[in-house]
Amino acid sequence: MTENILEMRSITKRFPGVVALKDVSLSVDEGEIHAICGENGAGKSTLMKVLSGVEPAGSYEGEIHFRGRPVSFADINDSEAEGIVIIHQELALVPHLSIAENIFLGNEQARGGVISWHETNARAAELMARVGLHEKPVTPVGQLGVGKQQLVEIAKALSKNVTLLILDEPTAALNDDDSEHLLGLIRTLRDESGVTSIIISHKLGEIAAVADATTVIRDGSTIETIDMRVPAEERHTLVPRIIRGMVGRDIDSLYPERSAEIGEEILRIEDWHVGHPTQAGRTVVDGASLSVRAGEVVGIAGLMGAGRTELAMSVFGRSYGRDISGRAHVHGKEVQLRTVADAIDAGIAYVSEDRKQYGLNLIQDIRTNVTASGLKKILNGFWLNGNEEIAVAERYRSSLNIKTPTVMATVGKLSGGNQQKVVLSKWLYTEPDLLILDEPTRGVDVGAKFEIYTIINELAEAGKAIIVISSELPEVMGLADRIYTLSAGRITGEVAAQDATQEHLMELMTMERE
Amino acid sequence: MAGTSDIKELLTRNLRTSGIYIAFVFIIVLFTILTGGQLLSPGNLTNLVLQYSYILILAIGMVLIIVAGHIDLSVGSVVALTGAVAAVVVIGNGMPWWMGVLAALGTGVLVGLWQGFWVAYVGIPAFIVTLAGMLIFRGLTMQVLGNVSLSPFPREYQYISGGFLNGLLGGDGYDAFTLFLAAALVVVFGIQEYRGRLAKLKYKQQVEAFPLFWVKIAAVALVVMAFAWQLAHSRGLPVVLILLAALVLIYGFISQRTIFGRHIYAMGGNLQAAKLSGVKTRRVNMWLFVHMGLLSAIAGIVYSARSNSAQPGAGNMFELDAIAAAFIGGAAVTGGVGKVHGAIIGGLIMAVMSNGMQIMGIDQSTQSVVRGVVLLIAVAFDVWNKKRSQGGA
Repeated sequence: MTENILEMRSITKRFPGVVALKDVSLSVDEGEIHAICGENGAGKSTLMKVLSGVEPAGSYEGEIHFRGRPVSFADINDSEAEGIVIIHQELALVPHLSIAENIFLGNEQARGGVISWHETNARAAELMARVGLHEKPVTPVGQLGVGKQQLVEIAKALSKNVTLLILDEPTAALNDDDSEHLLGLIRTLRDESGVTSIIISHKLGEIAAVADATTVIRDGSTIETIDMRVPAEERHTLVPRIIRGMVGRDIDSLYPERSAEIGEEILRIEDWHVGHPTQAGRTVVDGASLSVRAGEVVGIAGLMGAGRTELAMSVFGRSYGRDISGRAHVHGKEVQLRTVADAIDAGIAYVSEDRKQYGLNLIQDIRTNVTASGLKKILNGFWLNGNEEIAVAERYRSSLNIKTPTVMATVGKLSGGNQQKVVLSKWLYTEPDLLILDEPTRGVDVGAKFEIYTIINELAEAGKAIIVISSELPEVMGLADRIYTLSAGRITGEVAAQDATQEHLMELMTMERE
Repeated sequence: MAGTSDIKELLTRNLRTSGIYIAFVFIIVLFTILTGGQLLSPGNLTNLVLQYSYILILAIGMVLIIVAGHIDLSVGSVVALTGAVAAVVVIGNGMPWWMGVLAALGTGVLVGLWQGFWVAYVGIPAFIVTLAGMLIFRGLTMQVLGNVSLSPFPREYQYISGGFLNGLLGGDGYDAFTLFLAAALVVVFGIQEYRGRLAKLKYKQQVEAFPLFWVKIAAVALVVMAFAWQLAHSRGLPVVLILLAALVLIYGFISQRTIFGRHIYAMGGNLQAAKLSGVKTRRVNMWLFVHMGLLSAIAGIVYSARSNSAQPGAGNMFELDAIAAAFIGGAAVTGGVGKVHGAIIGGLIMAVMSNGMQIMGIDQSTQSVVRGVVLLIAVAFDVWNKKRSQGGA
């Protein structure tokens, strides 16, 4: 029963200039759910690339044994032939093709080169039933939510007779219901079909609930493998143990203490209305009013689609929406923030929730990204002072602890947490009075989260006003002094942090229009 | 990060940039051998400068357009139109030569404003706007010229592309002024590099090892002096070379060392992020096309001065040479990457190849095939190189 299905022995993988994996070993038992935890950049993804043949045999040292035999994969087709299927965080589906077409993409159900649509759709329907996806096989994938798309990926893996399923952050983009369903499905596949799964995840509570064993990786080395099948009274020790392994230290409190003095009002908006940019007549933000003071951290809690990002971006130089009305006051004076440049000049910075799309120039180096919004400050007459620019970037590298060999490194190659620090550096360099942080810790690992919380506190202590938008209630409650709840574009409540409970906030966040 | 780097690191650190120089040297050596040394003869070097100057001027602007994520298909027609306007003013109406130059430059700026308006403020892709521009400005050229060629230009106007600075300091069989200017240039370059090095050290940055620094300076000095030596033995220093050098310097600095230049790269790298970083994208696009219009006009003046006429069909296919130069010089098809000096080297690679093949008596059809293949290989190398560096992520 507990034969191991996979054994990776002493894997060492070098990239030019860095050792990504140092002597990593991983042993996965047949029919178990095995979690891999580690900070961003710890080497989890590289290890999975080695396993699936994305990094071909010969490019690393060490051995892989699968079902008792040594294997060497030259590419991903070789590993799939053995029944190893990897589902990446960014789903590899074609939106305009149907569910059935996506399931059999590259593996078309054809006779003599002609696709048999009947068989394609019939077999797809079977697979969809197995994963609990209640849709028509001919529905285009683009019409499905992320949760259902994830199920399509699993159905696709099942069509390839998967024996070892690797899921990279499968629930990162899912809401609670969809996550629950997905994890339930992975359990069912284990119990009924004997599918072994490897899950890479940052959500430790989830891992504690679903995993049979957890391997912790830090800085390219295996720290330990924890047996998660412990008696109920010991379960609460599991998550702290994983965190300890991941960061190499205890995190006593995830939310560090802050002693900031709350001063004058920095921003106040009144009766703020924002229309949908393309759908005329649809209101996205409906009469919102809020204020934030120097040294204060204000949280905005709202569910997906409540209008949190839309509210923030419309204030930030009207970068979202149309027919924007309402009054904005900065330092007590009414201002018109017509462009992003106006907003920056008024001392406002907005750190987007989607740093790759809206925050960074991924093909450029750290230096260029850090100074992108503050180029005027390195202007020497008519020319930019390139040396001063590097010095500025170096300053933020050390003060925010951006892990990189040099500030000339391409931003696209950094881990999520380090990218987020680059975006933060960019906005700190504009010396704003108000920072709007939209989901500041999305896709960031535990260690870097703590660092970002610490930075937020330091900024508040330095007299900055801060608005934190987050969908994680514990985060909002842990960080903010005051919390606004947003539901369907309206502010439905304002709660002091010490009075807030998750239940109460959730009630306000789901309040419907009377 | 203070420290020094050796030559291997210097070359491999950025294969994308160093690769193009290696290819350039290789092509020069290859064609020097194939033409029995004729390629580098004084007369031919001078000719090469005169013959390809306008493509290089266009390439300066084109690389910036491509970095911003656009393309400009209209530059050939704009070259024709601006040349035609100058001809009508100077030849048709008998006004002084400088009025013609000003009229051509003004026309270029107007063209840039027109195209910039549609791209920046209406939001039409530059591909469409400049495809339309290619037709519109070609048509306008024919109307301005009444469908006939105008010639000849007065001597002063011809001087722009056919003139030489020669004999200002005397010399026996060679022009001392050319050599003096080149030497002065080398000294200024050396001082600038040395000051840059000191500034870098002050900011505790990595610099190349001291011997390597001197090797670099010496290599540049050698190439510049050898080039000047050959020019000095022919007709002296071409005026158009001074113009070209000035434009390369100015636009090199604009692209690397000004806010406007940075914004071009930011937009090409990630347009959304640039907007949210406070880049006024419309204004940048507008100015970008005005610069392209201005450079097209300069190329138009140089070309009409060289051919000593304005023709309805002038500048045909120039846009393709300029685009090819930018891509061979390392510009990325997706925008955000590319350098002015890269485009110049890219243009020179095309020029040396064409010129070399002409000397060898290879016919036009084969030349066209070879140039196409080189463009393909250059971009393929770029794609390969990008994959290679991403593999290390």
